[in-house]
Amino acid sequence: MTLATREAKLERPDDFYADLLAAHDGLCKAESDAFNARLILLMANQIADRETLKALLSEARKR
Amino acid sequence: MTKLFEVPLYPYRPCEDLVADTPVRHPVVIVGAGPVGLALAIDLGLSGIPVVVLDENDKVSVGSRAICFSKRSLEIFDRLGCGDEMVAKGVVWNVGKVFSGNRKVYEFNLLPEAGHKRPAFINLQQYYCELYLVERIRALQAEGKPIEIRGRNRVANLVRSDDHTLVTVETPDGAYNLQADWLIACDGAGSPTRHMLDLDFVGRVFEDNFLIADVIMKADFPTERWFWFDPPFNRDQSALLHKQPDGVWRIDLQLGWDIDKEEEKKPENVLPRLKEMLGADVDFDLDWVSIYTFQCRRMEKFVHGRVIFAGDSAHQVSPFGARGANSGFQDADNLAWKLKLVLTGKARESLLQSYGYERELAADDNILNSSRSTDFITPKSEISRIFRDAVLDLSEHHAFARQLVNSGRLSVPQTYDGSPLNGPDVPELPDRTRPGSPLVDAPFRNGWLLDRLGSEFHLVGLGCEVPETLEVCGLHLRGHCLAAPEIGPELRSRYLGSAQQAVYLIRPDQHVAARWTAFDPAAIENAFTSMIVREEHLQ
Repeated sequence: MTLATREAKLERPDDFYADLLAAHDGLCKAESDAFNARLILLMANQIADRETLKALLSEARKR
Repeated sequence: MTKLFEVPLYPYRPCEDLVADTPVRHPVVIVGAGPVGLALAIDLGLSGIPVVVLDENDKVSVGSRAICFSKRSLEIFDRLGCGDEMVAKGVVWNVGKVFSGNRKVYEFNLLPEAGHKRPAFINLQQYYCELYLVERIRALQAEGKPIEIRGRNRVANLVRSDDHTLVTVETPDGAYNLQADWLIACDGAGSPTRHMLDLDFVGRVFEDNFLIADVIMKADFPTERWFWFDPPFNRDQSALLHKQPDGVWRIDLQLGWDIDKEEEKKPENVLPRLKEMLGADVDFDLDWVSIYTFQCRRMEKFVHGRVIFAGDSAHQVSPFGARGANSGFQDADNLAWKLKLVLTGKARESLLQSYGYERELAADDNILNSSRSTDFITPKSEISRIFRDAVLDLSEHHAFARQLVNSGRLSVPQTYDGSPLNGPDVPELPDRTRPGSPLVDAPFRNGWLLDRLGSEFHLVGLGCEVPETLEVCGLHLRGHCLAAPEIGPELRSRYLGSAQQAVYLIRPDQHVAARWTAFDPAAIENAFTSMIVREEHLQ
């Protein structure tokens, strides 16, 4: 399958971005790393579909 | 007390081959009287194939080695006639618990399903397993079965020919030569046979050390597998606790890579760690301590002309998952019937190539699973450690994270998907019993399905008539019919699904060869021809 990864789908993108940064407030580097890892795992479970996850991993590698 | 592994179990006796004028020819010579070699010897001997087992030693294995014997191994022992002894002595367990620090994060039941004769696992010291296998051989010898174990007979040299191997054997009375039509190397991870033939054994070394301690105690721990990540008594490392017979507990403590092994093994360093783990008020004696590292690797090919490798000599895995000895028994199970058909002229020699295909597939699966467990237990980088800890953190409240916790994916028998031996399939029948699958046990009349099928080819008609005996390609098939009222719910769900009837062709190693929805002698003959007789299908 092809991913619509370049299509803008976020609702209220500025608010999401602010929430993401705010979630890291007060965390040291190690705590932020752990937070990110938990978040990736939770999001992966939410996405669930193996092909989508593989496409996302590959997209993230591209930079 | 004299320990089992101090008594010669197959003491040296001079054999007739020593004084023969010319090297004596034997159909099958097995190198190594470990669990795999002994099981293979029983399987062949039961079929009347003469077999000689050579071992440089004369005793069972020393110390703490294999301890977890899987359901499939027990089913194989049942077929060999020594399953009851193993289970009677062994500690039965189905439940595993995983802790992170002090907190239980995960619990699993390996056999959540009823209707199986044998449990998911028993724990049993390897030396008991070997003892019962040797006792079984003694009983078969008394019945006149042609099995011989030669203790303190060390293989010193091998010369390969197209149709045999010339073996030089050293004994306390000097050396002798013999010829083996088939030489089966069951001589362990350090296989001298493999070295003598200069064959590859490539894979991955894991940079970690584990301390094994066997302690004897009368403690009140449940009969479960307990695994800790980062416990208070072994910070930043893992630990495993397992019960064995005779009040012996097996403890594995991860130590890390940069350690002084000799120092760590000293009782004054081991005892405080164990006291912290077991509690200050628990009395215990230290029975065995060793430190091991491990590798995951396999030979590129298990079949080299007339020399065949089975067990650890062919493949090596980490201990997480109990995939070492258990996969070795499956090797023996797979090899014995094929060797028998080739030796009795019923099958072409190329049938043995399918041993390579099927068991190399299994070794890859075991290595994959065992490497993944090891990567979870011993994260190889900062980021893999961060993800590992995130999984453990989430596992308490999130079911999906518990699925990711990997303290060892325990041994299950291999389904030989894509094997050249697989015959026709019917897609409507249940997936778990497709061709290539190991039989799934189920209640069968007044006993168990697996007790009724094995060592020969069988034809099972469910809700449909099959003949009691059938001769195909010079082989006897034994037929079993179950009329609809006799088919219990387990047998129905595992072999019929929504279908009303089915015919299963079962291999001597209790794997499904082919299945149909009706009895058709021509289809069965075709399946046999392509499985056993045809040469080109294995090329």
